[in-house]
Amino acid sequence: MVTVGTIIYEPGNSTNKTGSWRVFKPIMDKDKCVMCENCFIFCPEGCIKEKDGKFEIDYDYCKGCLICVNECPVKAISSIREEK
Amino acid sequence: MTEKQFPREEYLASGHRGCAGCGAAIIVRQALKAAGKDTIVVNATGCLEVMTTPYPETAWRVPWIHVAFENAAAAASGVERAIKVLQRKRKKYANKKINVIAFGGDGGTADIGFQALSGAMERGHNMLYIMYDNEAYMNTGIQRSSSTPLLASTTTSPVGTVIKGEDRPKKDMAMIIAAHGVPYVATACLSYPEDFMNKVKKACEIEGPAFIHALQPCTTGWKYDPKYTVKIGRLAVETGVFPLYEIKNGEFKITYRPLKRKPLNEYVKLQKRYRHLTDKDIEMLQKYIDERCKLLGL
Amino acid sequence: MSKVKIITGTSAAAEAARLCDVDVISAYPITPQTTCVEKLAEFVANGELDAEFIKVESEHSAISACIGASATGARTFTATSSQGLALMHEVLFIASGMRLPIVMMNANRALSAPINIWNDQQDSISQRDTGWIQIYAADNQETLDSIIQAFKIAENEKVLLPVMVNLDGFILTHTVEPVELPDEEEVRDFVGIYEPKHAYLDPDRPITQGPVGVPSCYMESKYNVQNAMNNAEKVIMDVNEEFAKKFGRKYGNGLIETYNIENAETVLVAMGSVCGTIKEVIDDLKQEGKEYGLLRIRTYRPLPINHIREALKNAKNIAILDKDITFGMNKGAVYTDLAGFLKDKKTTNYIVGLGGRDIRQDDIKEIMKHAEKAEDGETKWMGLKEQ
Ligand SMILES: Cc1ncc(C[n+]2csc(CCOP(=O)(O)OP(=O)(O)O)c2C)c(N)n1
Ligand code: SF4
Ligand code: SF4
Ligand code: SF4
Ligand SMILES: [Mg+2]
Repeated sequence: MVTVGTIIYEPGNSTNKTGSWRVFKPIMDKDKCVMCENCFIFCPEGCIKEKDGKFEIDYDYCKGCLICVNECPVKAISSIREEK
Repeated sequence: MTEKQFPREEYLASGHRGCAGCGAAIIVRQALKAAGKDTIVVNATGCLEVMTTPYPETAWRVPWIHVAFENAAAAASGVERAIKVLQRKRKKYANKKINVIAFGGDGGTADIGFQALSGAMERGHNMLYIMYDNEAYMNTGIQRSSSTPLLASTTTSPVGTVIKGEDRPKKDMAMIIAAHGVPYVATACLSYPEDFMNKVKKACEIEGPAFIHALQPCTTGWKYDPKYTVKIGRLAVETGVFPLYEIKNGEFKITYRPLKRKPLNEYVKLQKRYRHLTDKDIEMLQKYIDERCKLLGL
Repeated sequence: MSKVKIITGTSAAAEAARLCDVDVISAYPITPQTTCVEKLAEFVANGELDAEFIKVESEHSAISACIGASATGARTFTATSSQGLALMHEVLFIASGMRLPIVMMNANRALSAPINIWNDQQDSISQRDTGWIQIYAADNQETLDSIIQAFKIAENEKVLLPVMVNLDGFILTHTVEPVELPDEEEVRDFVGIYEPKHAYLDPDRPITQGPVGVPSCYMESKYNVQNAMNNAEKVIMDVNEEFAKKFGRKYGNGLIETYNIENAETVLVAMGSVCGTIKEVIDDLKQEGKEYGLLRIRTYRPLPINHIREALKNAKNIAILDKDITFGMNKGAVYTDLAGFLKDKKTTNYIVGLGGRDIRQDDIKEIMKHAEKAEDGETKWMGLKEQ
């Protein structure tokens, strides 16, 4: 049923798995990471998340733009071609 | 471990339909981290609105409203006054301070929404209007706007045999809004998150209208490899194409000063919308930029 | 305590908004609505009404600000006319689609070109498909009462649609009539406080209003508006009754009003202030032993098809007056709306009073005569000069 006024009541329910768009895949080397937060603040998908004091990429939503790879000052993120 | 710089809360959820590398999403993430939870967003029609809200899905975790293309500033005026009167008459919102932030593209702001924006700024509403400027109408397929820079090619300023790309210089929105006498105007770029987020915070704290003109590299419209979104934004600032400044209560201040401005070529060569530029064109553009930077004291 | 004041239609509208304790007003001046917004500005400036008056730079922004305010949860009022209403056109659909119970006063005025500030109903008729409930008042008292009723109708959970209350420019907007202003407390008790459950913007309940209506939901969202219109029919009737109980005045059944229809073979159908003139003519002719009837459409959207059909079931000649014209059909919109479900009747159409052309009693008599002799489907422009 479509709601009155097509209002969406569930905040942030865009669960569409945009990770399937990926052509390249960023791989993060957590040991190399110096927690500068660059990748975190520049990721357009907000899919780099902190867990137990370390950053992690959520591949369900990562579209593989590789901004994180380009912006990491210590080259802690590399990229590979996505295997489908 | 260093102290956490950026808030971890996400007010724009993953799963939105923006292109890979979309700068508009980066702008919104950064702005909302700075503004925080008690924020209501008003969004003009455009890429941002379309990519974030295909019913029944929304990427927004703050209250959000979209009305039309040209009226985000007017709709935000209504939201702002409603909050005020409901707090006064009906004791709603527990007298919390609520930020009203409007996001409009360059088309929705500098062109079709210009009148509504001017009205809202002049009336003194306590709101922040953020123009996310990707320098063309992206949602409808890269048509020029009054914010498209000189010589850039778009689908309505194509490179023809007679006219080569956009033939008019970019409209200076920040200065136009500053002329309204509003208490806070700034330029910003997603490649400088501390600078941008500071400005959003100041704009939210200030009583009255605030306007931030945020440059937004767009992978699809500017035609570059998506991994360069942040890099290109940085180059826009480092070359002086898009200087970062603020005008607080009439006081102008450069907020980021490049040690030495980079040559324009570094900026344009990464973008295929400038592919047709000759050395002479670049020289002409460089001159134009040098003059503008001189005016601003850069 | 209620009191009687001798006031214009625009003042009556402003008084109604004040009595309903609106929270946000957003409007832009245009003749002949102007005195309404001036009056409201005065109320706010004098502290007689605790509201925010947004002095917007255009009607497009006026209605857009109303949407923002209403979507935040405020009771919202605007007023306009003619070119202003036309400028709002795009946003009117959005107000109904977003299900926001905004109330508007529209002073019916002709549309340019040539520019003309006088009365006809082309402006509101041209907005008939925007999803707004449309009520046409016949006098200043009804203007005031209808705006009070409008908030109650619009905010009803079964409806949640914006309402436009129309009154004829100059004929009502600029003519003073005695109007009973009901007691403020009683009106506030009648309309209550707007407490929306569906749409309000609050950081503690982050909802998304106005998303992209993808094809898988768009038709349903429009069907919902149609359903709300269906529901509105009964709500309008109920509110009319409730209002009568509390304030002692009623307007037909809320949807239509009939006059001497039982005795008449020839019935005129009209909207707005012209109905006053028609009633006078009916009374005069009755003295001569001639019977004519009037069906006044008070609620044009939702169009009360069954009520109209039922009221006209014994009529032989139905003369439909239009203060508007659908170019290329040589018919008025009211006629084209009604003809479709009055196929078994003889219907004729009269284009009257465009751009402030007087509608005299003689014109009404001529219409009555013409309707009796005319062929089914004829259209006549009344008072047209020889070219
Ligand atoms: C009144 C109106 N005219 C035109 C359009 C079509 N339209 C929708 S979005 C858009 C361009 C948006 O450009 P901009 O504001 O720069 O935002 P962007 O998509 O680039 O983010 C246009 C022309 C519309 N929706 N409404
Ligand atoms: S590749 Fe792009 S989307 Fe994926 S994590 Fe890196 S920045 Fe985010
Ligand atoms: S950019 Fe590199 S160093 Fe910085 S947080 Fe990300 S992975 Fe770590
Ligand atoms: S076209 Fe540009 S602004 Fe639009 S979604 Fe793609 S990258 Fe973002
Ligand atoms: Mg744009």
